[in-house]
Amino acid sequence: MRHTLSVIVEDQSGVLARVASMFAQRAFNIHSLAVGPTHEEGRSRITLVVDAPDVEQLSKQLYKLVNVLKVTELAPDEGVESEIMLVRVAASPDTRGTVVETASMLEATLLDLGPTSVTFQVAGDPAKLATFLEVMQPFGIVELVKSGRVAIAKERTRAAARAAR
Amino acid sequence: MTNDNHISGAQALIAALEREGVEVVFGVPGGAILPAYDPLIDGSMRHILARHEQGAGHMAEGYAQATGRVGVVIATSGPGATNLITPLQNALMDSTPIVAITGQVPSGSMGTDAFQEAYTTGLAMHCTKHSYLVTDPDDIGPVIHEAFHLAGTGRPGPVLVDLPKDVLNGMTELRDQQPVVMDGYNPTTEGNGRQVRAAIELLEQAERPVLFVGGGVIKAGGHRELLAFAEAADAPVVTTLMARGAFPDEHRLALGMSGMHGSYTATTALQKSDVLFNIGARFDDRVTGDPATFAPSARVVHIDIDPAEIGKVRHAEVPIVGDARVVLKQLLRNLEKVRGDEAAPARTDWFETLAGWQERYPLEYDQDPDGPIKVQYFVDQLQDATGGEAVVVAGVGQHQMWVSQFWRFSKPRSWINSGGLGTMGFAIPAAIGAKVARPDELVFALDGDGCFQMTCQELITAATEGVPIKIAVFNNHGHGMVRQWQRLFYGGRFSGSDLGDIAPDYPALAEAMGCVGLRVERPDEVGPVIDKALAINDRPVVIEVVVDPDEMVFPMVVAGGSCDQVVMAAEDL
Repeated sequence: MRHTLSVIVEDQSGVLARVASMFAQRAFNIHSLAVGPTHEEGRSRITLVVDAPDVEQLSKQLYKLVNVLKVTELAPDEGVESEIMLVRVAASPDTRGTVVETASMLEATLLDLGPTSVTFQVAGDPAKLATFLEVMQPFGIVELVKSGRVAIAKERTRAAARAAR
Repeated sequence: MTNDNHISGAQALIAALEREGVEVVFGVPGGAILPAYDPLIDGSMRHILARHEQGAGHMAEGYAQATGRVGVVIATSGPGATNLITPLQNALMDSTPIVAITGQVPSGSMGTDAFQEAYTTGLAMHCTKHSYLVTDPDDIGPVIHEAFHLAGTGRPGPVLVDLPKDVLNGMTELRDQQPVVMDGYNPTTEGNGRQVRAAIELLEQAERPVLFVGGGVIKAGGHRELLAFAEAADAPVVTTLMARGAFPDEHRLALGMSGMHGSYTATTALQKSDVLFNIGARFDDRVTGDPATFAPSARVVHIDIDPAEIGKVRHAEVPIVGDARVVLKQLLRNLEKVRGDEAAPARTDWFETLAGWQERYPLEYDQDPDGPIKVQYFVDQLQDATGGEAVVVAGVGQHQMWVSQFWRFSKPRSWINSGGLGTMGFAIPAAIGAKVARPDELVFALDGDGCFQMTCQELITAATEGVPIKIAVFNNHGHGMVRQWQRLFYGGRFSGSDLGDIAPDYPALAEAMGCVGLRVERPDEVGPVIDKALAINDRPVVIEVVVDPDEMVFPMVVAGGSCDQVVMAAEDL
């Protein structure tokens, strides 16, 4: 079962190693991981997408790490997720026009143009990235890199709170 | 601020340890930790020079297990630190509070593969509760206080502080101790009131309740509260290996230890229970066997200060996060409130069933007066000679199981052993640590010959430091538990488990190490040799006890098997 966890940690050396290594020790599988500072001084956020049968046990093990301050699981309807992907697509002078046109329909940003390929940036939710890859597959994907997913909790609207009740 | 407040990082370290009330440190010096050893001479703390850092680490553990206070071990960088890995993991598994202080190469050399460099905090990541690399002399004091706070509170455990040589040599100021504030660490001690009520409701409905007690009760100092609650609940008590001594074995409600080599009654009581209170234990695989078949009809109340233990192996119908002593008090209060003047449910059938099992399947052994000595017999004789007034310390293997089975424990912190990690060689250094902590009490290590040969260099530590422990070495010329498994599961092919034809001359070895060496071979010599050993108090004593190499530990639940199948003898396998 795949879960998205948002983990607030103290910004200290070795903290990422502690988190990542705990996953390895306890045989939890990390699908994606992104780290960066938060708006608060001395606090970083690690966004993890993990495969784990028991997310509660995983969360408890994270809390055992002294530098871990807060663990939140973001259920699909409770958070918004985004990821950046850079993709180099094969494009000869003949096909280049079609490639660029198709990419623009998917709101990809053109970053670089070369003699045999075009590089795009695609940002958004995982479904959008998957669609882009599927559509570009016939032209040939030369290389790609993903940032790892970041996620943030949605503000709960009054309507959502009512629905939850 | 006057100049008098200017001190070195090393002096700040010693000052912080003294403020924590440390009276003794166990260690081995070396290059990177030298700056810390210098002010140690002027301080109030006693230093015990171990012969190997692993020994120093187990001494700190023995000290901590015997007292509940934080044990301290000091070592140098590189090999000093790597030799501490086993005691650190041992302390992690058995939740023993120790602080390890290691020297590190100077900051500027770190990462260059310098002489005696090892990435200590990286190595310690999975064998400590937490670890620190201090980079500023000003941080030494506060970090030491945090380390003691972490080691000694919540679920106790080992904490490591790595100190680069330049940080120890750097200057700082002597400051007042500040209260420890940690955003990411705040253990819950009091149980949730609603869950406590739910637990008592389950108990009152139970027909076959069992209190299953773990080391958490001893660590929390909750043995009196356990006794009061068990008597009020009128429920039988089973202990883990770590919890021997948490509940008196002579009590009418005591069933003893369960699990792989537990008594038939204790193991089967858990299997057949309908309500199981786990108080400070962790459903270890040596207790549950195959977890899928463990205590199938039990509804579980699980009390643990570590939330991650609850639900890890076994689902808990009633989870209670809290300190065992505090929660036991809450449970008793609630039980008394719910019951009012009514008596406890009689549960006559359950107690009759248990008594029937105890009668049919007692723990027993057969000592032939003309045959080889059995470890169980020695344990019985020692109990009789001492009236049970001793701290007993064991290594790992057959002898450990026999001591836990046959010693009649009556108080907490009278049993020191390596439970979770199963570290052979634990007994001698741990006994030294315990004796240093409780010099006026008899500390008796019961050790196997395999274990003894792993850490017997610490005999000289005991002799030179004036720590008169007693050690019985059960000599069966091999690794007995390994041999037992080879006999039972590998067709008697004893691969690598025979210690060879040339055994050390144990009494001579003991004498060479400044101890008294004794030896017995016949059962009728056991009583007298114990009396002789007990009469010697100015030196450590080692008794070689030549024992039956073919004796096996029973009962036995096969590893990974079901606790429904308690094997009473080899023929039943």
